[in-house]
Amino acid sequence: MHLDHTHDGPSAVSADARRPDGRRRALRIGLGGPVGSGKTATVAALCRALRDELSLAVVTNDIYTREDAEFLLREAVLPPERITAVETGACPHTAIRDDISANLEAVEDLEDETGPLDLILVESGGDNLTATFSRGLVDAQIFVIDVAGGDDIPRKGGPGVTTADLLVVNKTDLAPYVGSDLERMAADAEAQRAGLPVVFQSLRTGSGVTAVAGWVRERLAAWTA
Amino acid sequence: MSRAALLVLADGRFPAGGHAHSGGAEAAVRAGRITGAASLEDFCRGRLHTSGLVSAALAAAAALGADPVALDAAADARTPSPALRVAARRLGRQLVRAARATWPCTELDALARQFPKGAHQPVVLGVAARAAGLGPEDAAYCSVYECVSGPASATVRLLSLDPFDATAALARLAPELDVVAHAAADAARRALADGVETLPAASAPLLEIGAEAHAAWPVRLFAS
Amino acid sequence: MDGVTTAGVRATARIEAGDDGRGGTSLPVLEGQGPLALRRVRGGGSEARVMLVGAMSGPLGGDHLTVEARVGPGARLRGGSAAATIALPGQTKGEARYDVRLDVADGGELCWLPEQLISAGGSELSVSVRVGLMGGARLVLREEQVLGRVGEEPGRLTSRLTVRRDGRPLLDQELACGPGAPGGWDGPAVLAGHRALGQLIVVRPEFEREMPAARPFGEYAALTPLAGPAVLVTALAPDALLLRRVLDNALGDLT
Repeated sequence: MHLDHTHDGPSAVSADARRPDGRRRALRIGLGGPVGSGKTATVAALCRALRDELSLAVVTNDIYTREDAEFLLREAVLPPERITAVETGACPHTAIRDDISANLEAVEDLEDETGPLDLILVESGGDNLTATFSRGLVDAQIFVIDVAGGDDIPRKGGPGVTTADLLVVNKTDLAPYVGSDLERMAADAEAQRAGLPVVFQSLRTGSGVTAVAGWVRERLAAWTA
Repeated sequence: MSRAALLVLADGRFPAGGHAHSGGAEAAVRAGRITGAASLEDFCRGRLHTSGLVSAALAAAAALGADPVALDAAADARTPSPALRVAARRLGRQLVRAARATWPCTELDALARQFPKGAHQPVVLGVAARAAGLGPEDAAYCSVYECVSGPASATVRLLSLDPFDATAALARLAPELDVVAHAAADAARRALADGVETLPAASAPLLEIGAEAHAAWPVRLFAS
Repeated sequence: MDGVTTAGVRATARIEAGDDGRGGTSLPVLEGQGPLALRRVRGGGSEARVMLVGAMSGPLGGDHLTVEARVGPGARLRGGSAAATIALPGQTKGEARYDVRLDVADGGELCWLPEQLISAGGSELSVSVRVGLMGGARLVLREEQVLGRVGEEPGRLTSRLTVRRDGRPLLDQELACGPGAPGGWDGPAVLAGHRALGQLIVVRPEFEREMPAARPFGEYAALTPLAGPAVLVTALAPDALLLRRVLDNALGDLT
């Protein structure tokens, strides 16, 4: 974006791939999805899975400011200087899509103050099925839904389900208890997503966040290639 | 100049971070000083004639080409609350980013370089107005409007206030917005001759005190 | 230039404080005029103390009073007033002006702690306090305004407090209230019905190294570090007594 204009200032104006000093900036991955679907738990699990091999940081956008940041701090997944919170004025989707300026400041400040970084995870506040991240803010986005939110969500579609670079269907361990049909969810998601990947995960059982972490590694390999 | 450029700059959806700031309304709502449309209107009126006038005059002076460094120091002296200075600089930094992408120009680049952590938002607003080919009145209008529209839209969200009532309050304030915008632009013109220290310095004690209380809350919806 | 005329009183009081070379402070200039009488009072240690003693009521409409104090290098001056100043409506139309000019040199210290200014119903007063500090100067300055005597609507009061340090602006605050002031002055963003308001500014070069943190004093007052080595306490209160208590507490915390 805006690559035709030379920015000699201290910060790039938007999604420029290089920082003012010419180095490639960190890959930015957004995590969005409805309230309670497990975004913060997925971020925490990703941090634990990746923190030993990558230099990473997190921006949270919870509508009740700092709650997610404090959860991540309590879970001690990253040192406090690598977690920052952005206030969203009760409109979390605005902060990640329509007016990304506060989030851009946050990711740039993290790189300035704790860098160099390989990866920044930007977690949206819990929102509705239409909330997606601006391409000016993130390079790729993960949409997290869960089986307890209703197995018709993939069929309903909406920008998050249909266009996210990765769809995560979380809490599969709960499916028998809430009567969700995982096969139907998978078939609906495939129909909606035109070949984009879907991961079914349970952070409590089985392989946990491994598949999502693997996808993140692939994106990072493509970013730094 | 393009008159429509003013609409672009003044649009509440201009992506410069304003949506996350309540202009003191969140603190005033919590303290019980804003409880509905009438007290919202009175809050906005008080803000307009104090920090609104000051911001508009700074913006108008910057639009006239006054030295941004001197204006920024004048803004610091007129903002005792460190929480409000931080908010003004954050918003200034966000606005300079949006304005550089929207109206690329060397003055905005220079401003971003001089203030890597952000200049006071009204100063940036004035330089942005200049970059958009707008004049001091335009910058002042833009500033006074966001001074009242920010608290109004925040209060709609905080109190579940009927949005029609909030918008009607803004419309009732319109004649006073005219008066303040013109007073600000006149003051800015005088300041070019007499120095930026002659710019208005109207203060609102409860905005300063409330901002400090708000900044200490562990949980809040708005950044200021 | 002095004396009572139909245009109101014009009077100037001047104070100059200097290092007396023996560890104390001398007052080479101490000149009152008209309603502005000055007395040197017994002071403690190296400090000179001066009291402004009102010789007439006022300021009244049309009056123009000026107080000037200069504190030289190494001198320490404490200024106060014997009683509250009451702005009253005058025989002549028009607003009264009260100007205070304070200058403090490097190594000098000024504590300027006058009693309240009371804006009586029907009065119109414009107050201007301008302080010029050199980089090594120290200052404690208190300003208290009471809007109306007991049970009375206030007059029109406009006040501006400007502090410059080494020629750069450190604080610039203006307040307009009472009948005819711009709208909203008594509303939820500005005073919210409070009738006593005060500011206390403390400037100390050592704040360059360690600045006091911002802190609230109850719901209606806060101590705020400024963008220089200074703090401002802003306070609102229902009356003058409660206001003084808050400002005294804040000052006590700083010393």
